[in-house]
This record gives sequence, structure tokens and C-alpha cells, in this order.
Amino acid sequence: MQGPRTVVTGVIGSDTHIVGNRILNMALEKAGYKVVSLGALTPAGDFVNAAVETRAAAILVSSLYGQGELDCRGFRDLCVEAGLEHILLYVGGNLVVGKRSWEETERTYREMGFDRVAPPGTRSEAVLQWLAQDLAAHSEGPRGAAP
Amino acid sequence: MSAALLIDFGSTYTKLRALDLAARCLIGTGQGPSTVASDVTIGMRAALADLEREAGALPRFRYRLASSSAAGGLRMVTVGLVRELTAEAARQAALGAGAKLVGTFAYRLTAADLEAIAALAPDIVLLAGGTDGGNLDVVLHNAAALGASRLACPIVYAGNRSAADAARRSLAGKTAQFTENVMPEFNTLNIEPAREAIRRIFIERIVHAKGIDRAASEFDQLLMPTPAAVLEGVRLLADGLPGTPGLGTVLALDPGGATTDVHSVAGNEPAPGVVPQGLPEPRVKRTVEGDLGMRHNAQAVAQAAGIDAIAADAGLDAAQAQAMIGRLAVQADRLPATPAERSLDRALARAAVGLAVRRHCGSLSTVYTPTGPVSVQHGKDLRAVRAVIGTGGVLAASADPGAILARALADPRTPLALMPVAPRLLLDRDYLLYACGLLQSVEPQAALEIALGHLVALDQELVDERTGHA
Repeated sequence: MQGPRTVVTGVIGSDTHIVGNRILNMALEKAGYKVVSLGALTPAGDFVNAAVETRAAAILVSSLYGQGELDCRGFRDLCVEAGLEHILLYVGGNLVVGKRSWEETERTYREMGFDRVAPPGTRSEAVLQWLAQDLAAHSEGPRGAAP
Repeated sequence: MSAALLIDFGSTYTKLRALDLAARCLIGTGQGPSTVASDVTIGMRAALADLEREAGALPRFRYRLASSSAAGGLRMVTVGLVRELTAEAARQAALGAGAKLVGTFAYRLTAADLEAIAALAPDIVLLAGGTDGGNLDVVLHNAAALGASRLACPIVYAGNRSAADAARRSLAGKTAQFTENVMPEFNTLNIEPAREAIRRIFIERIVHAKGIDRAASEFDQLLMPTPAAVLEGVRLLADGLPGTPGLGTVLALDPGGATTDVHSVAGNEPAPGVVPQGLPEPRVKRTVEGDLGMRHNAQAVAQAAGIDAIAADAGLDAAQAQAMIGRLAVQADRLPATPAERSLDRALARAAVGLAVRRHCGSLSTVYTPTGPVSVQHGKDLRAVRAVIGTGGVLAASADPGAILARALADPRTPLALMPVAPRLLLDRDYLLYACGLLQSVEPQAALEIALGHLVALDQELVDERTGHA
């Protein structure tokens, strides 16, 4: 019954920057994932609904316009509400705003429940590697290592 | 002469339309009471006698085809997973099949839900949930719950294909049909197979269950629920046939005593620069506004539109209009007799049509992004629709159907509603849409030409009138 793993991607909030997301989708599809691409201007709830119906293994959230922290607040809670407490959550894009350091930014998103936080300039290969690792760890047991 | 008899076993009347297939014209119409509760043949014979009075001796009919909305119509319950996704797709499939939706459920069915479903006594339950290869747990839970319930009606499974085998085992004790997923891929609608499965069950079982087959000697085939026949008629008028162009894109309205039906046949490409959101819309779409009706729901129409607006439109004062509306609900078969009643009916119909079309059509909204405003579209963009067709008794009996249909048009004061901007306004005065919807299954060319030939063009000035409606 184990077909290709499904991942949900999209750009969250009032953000129209879609190019990086498309590049990521192509890399994911090439690597054999089934990609449910929600595109630009996607509300948080739509990511979760799509993941529920498609039994996705991971949700990859992009945010490039500086409001990511506001848009992503409560994202893990939404997943828990929908019965997806163990789903992998990644976030990436332009997450560093103002003078904040990368470390601080990463910590903020980790505390929100994201399993991986991609700094600007992350290559798609790195994301694929994370996914392969995390999904392998996942199949051995539920999400334990994450905060 | 090659002739066809088209029968509608309705909830109040048994209606007949006799068509001359060679001359492409209406031979006559007949009407009798609806007698499904006792013996459906009685109403049918009365209607035939009525037809004979009007048209003289009847020819031998080459086809005798029927549709039915009697005995409560095709009562359906739909079950899906996420409300906006597979649950909505299941709803669309049931509506497209001409059903009367009596309940919609999402996520895991609880014991209380199952009680509620049993109490609703549906004719068919449509079970969806999960994309193909997607979520299994919920649709399987629901299949098991329905399988173990005391529900006796047929169940159509149109959920996750990967769960179908296990669901089949859970539903082994029930009459179950398995068909393609209503949402095989995320955000992809696939409602035709489910519609077909529903139609098949309707023909094979429901017709018998409702006692309509007692009149089986009077017709050859009962093909579909009447709303599905109307939808087929609208689809034929819009699409045409090879060599005979149709009307293009169409919006059809049927304001009735209890509900207002809206049908549209139009693609849904968003305008350039507009970002679509939500589930894609079916090209052939039917919505039923269960709270907008001219009699049973006159009060609800007044509430939704505002009694002041209705009264002003009817030229009455609000207290008088309110009192009259109160009487309408208890006299559901009352036809307007006085000028005041006629203008109130017109105002109610105008309000119901306006609200129903606004709900059927999509809308635009503006999202402000750091790079500037972006237009987002929810639902179906029907601004470019070529024709608006009115059907049903309310419009056919109205002295001023154009003024009622005009409410379906875009209003400059609500620019974000994607309603038709400059369509032709047409009236199905002889109530032939259902008849041609039935006939197209055997004689599509004749059905199309008769349907096109009998639409009455309403004064084109009305299209331009449009402003100044309260």
C-alpha cells in the first residue's frame, strides 16, 4: 500500500512570491515525492486541510515577505487539532527580519513546532536530504526528537 | 407522426409535455394531481385526459420518458472528510445528480450523527473521504459505522480508492455501489462517476421504493430525478450539438414554492491576474437554496432580503407586506389574486432570484500584500455568461418575468459579486427544459431544436434597466 510519500507545499499568508516554491516542487517531484502544491496566498488552514485529505507526510511552508512569524503562529496547533500531531513541518524563505540573528529566528520557529527551519539560501538538495532523514526516523516511531 | 411524451411526476402535479419530433414543436401540455401517496396512475390518467382535452386525440408515442421529484424527491445524505474538500465534492455530486440534500456530514461519524442520518431517512447515502492514496482512517471508520448501522438505504462509495476493498467488507451487509473518488487528487473534482452511480440506483431501486413504477404501463422509462432532467436540458442548450451551436454559457433559474434552484453551465477560468482560491467549481453546477422559496419560505426570503426592501419593491408598506407574507406560508398553493398580492409575489421572486444567484456565483476579494493589492476569486465567475434562462411556474405565470430575471444580473453596487453582466434574458414559458433534458437521451437533435425554438426572448431593454433596484 506504500506508494510515493505525499508532501504539501505552498506560500503562506498574503505572500505572492512563488518562484522559490516552484523550484522546490520540481526538486521534490524529481526525487519521487507526490507534491500537493497550494501555490501563493495560502491560508494556514488550507495547508492542514490538504494534508488531512491526502495523508501527507510533511508540510513545507514558504514565507518570503517578512510576515512569516505572524502567519505561522499556531500552525502546529492547527495540525494537532486536525489529528496531524505527528506530521513533519518545515518552514523556509526570508524568515530573518530586522536585526535578529539566524539562531534566534530558528529558535522562534522551532518553538512554534516546526521540525526544520531553512535559512535563506538553502538549496533544494538540503531539503531533500532532511526529508529523507526525517521520514526514515519517522517510520521507526512517532516524532520524538523534535521539541 | 413521430411523437414523444415527457412526464414529470412532481411533488404537487403530474405534468405532461407532448412533442412532435418531426415538426419540432409542442403538441400540447397536460396536468394532473400528484398521486404518489395513493396510486401514481390516478394522477397520470388525469394528466393524460387533460392533455387530450387540449390537443385532441393523442398520437402513438414513440418515446414515453419520465422524471420524478415526487415523494420527497431523491433524498440524499453526503459524508466526506474535510468540510471544504471531499465533503464539498460529495455535496456537488449529489446536487448534480438532482438530489435533495437532507444532510451533509464531515469527519468521523459519531453515534449521534448515525442517529441523525437514520432519522433523516435518506434514499441514498454518498460516502466520500480522502484523495486516492490519501487519508484512509476516516472513510474506513465511516464505512464501518454505516455498515453496522440500522440504515437500510443504498450507499454509494466514492472515497479514497485505496480504502475501497476494506470499505467493501465493512459494507457487505448493505446495498453498496463503488465508484470513482469524487476527489481523486487534491483539489480535483471528479463528480460524474458518482452522479452516474446515483442515477443508476435511482432508476433501479428508488423508483420502485417510491411506488412510481405502479404507473409503469404508462411510460417506457423513468430516467432521472426532475432536477437532473432540468440540468441536462440546460447543459444541452448551453453546449449545443455538432452542427447546431447552443447558447454558449448559461445560467438557469427556477424559483419555486419551497426552494430556488440555480443551474450554470460555464467554465471557470479566472480573469487574468486573479488568483483563484478554494475548490475548483464544476462546469455544470447546480445549487439549491433551501431557504429561498415563494411560499413555504416566503418568511425566510423576507428575512434575508429585509422586509423593508421587499415592501418598497412591491409598493406596499412594511406592516402590510409582513402580514401578507405571514399568510403565504400557510397557503402554499395560493395564487396571487389582487394587485397587491401580485406585486408582493413579484418582489419576493425578485429577492429570491437575486439572493440565490449571488450565492451561486463566486466573488472577488482584495488581499493587500507588500507588493500591492491582489484580487482573489472564490467560486464561479459568471460575468461573461451569454444567456440567463428562467423556468418554473413562478416565472411562467408572472406578468413581468423580465423584471424577476433582471435580478440575476450584476449590480454596480455589489461589484465584487461575479454575476452575469450582459446576458440575453430568456423564458422557458412552456416548461420544456425538463422535457428536453429527458428527450436528449434518445433524440438529442430534436431535443435541442425544440428547446431552442421555444425559449421566449424577454425585452432586451430589461438587460439595460438593471439600475435602481432596491
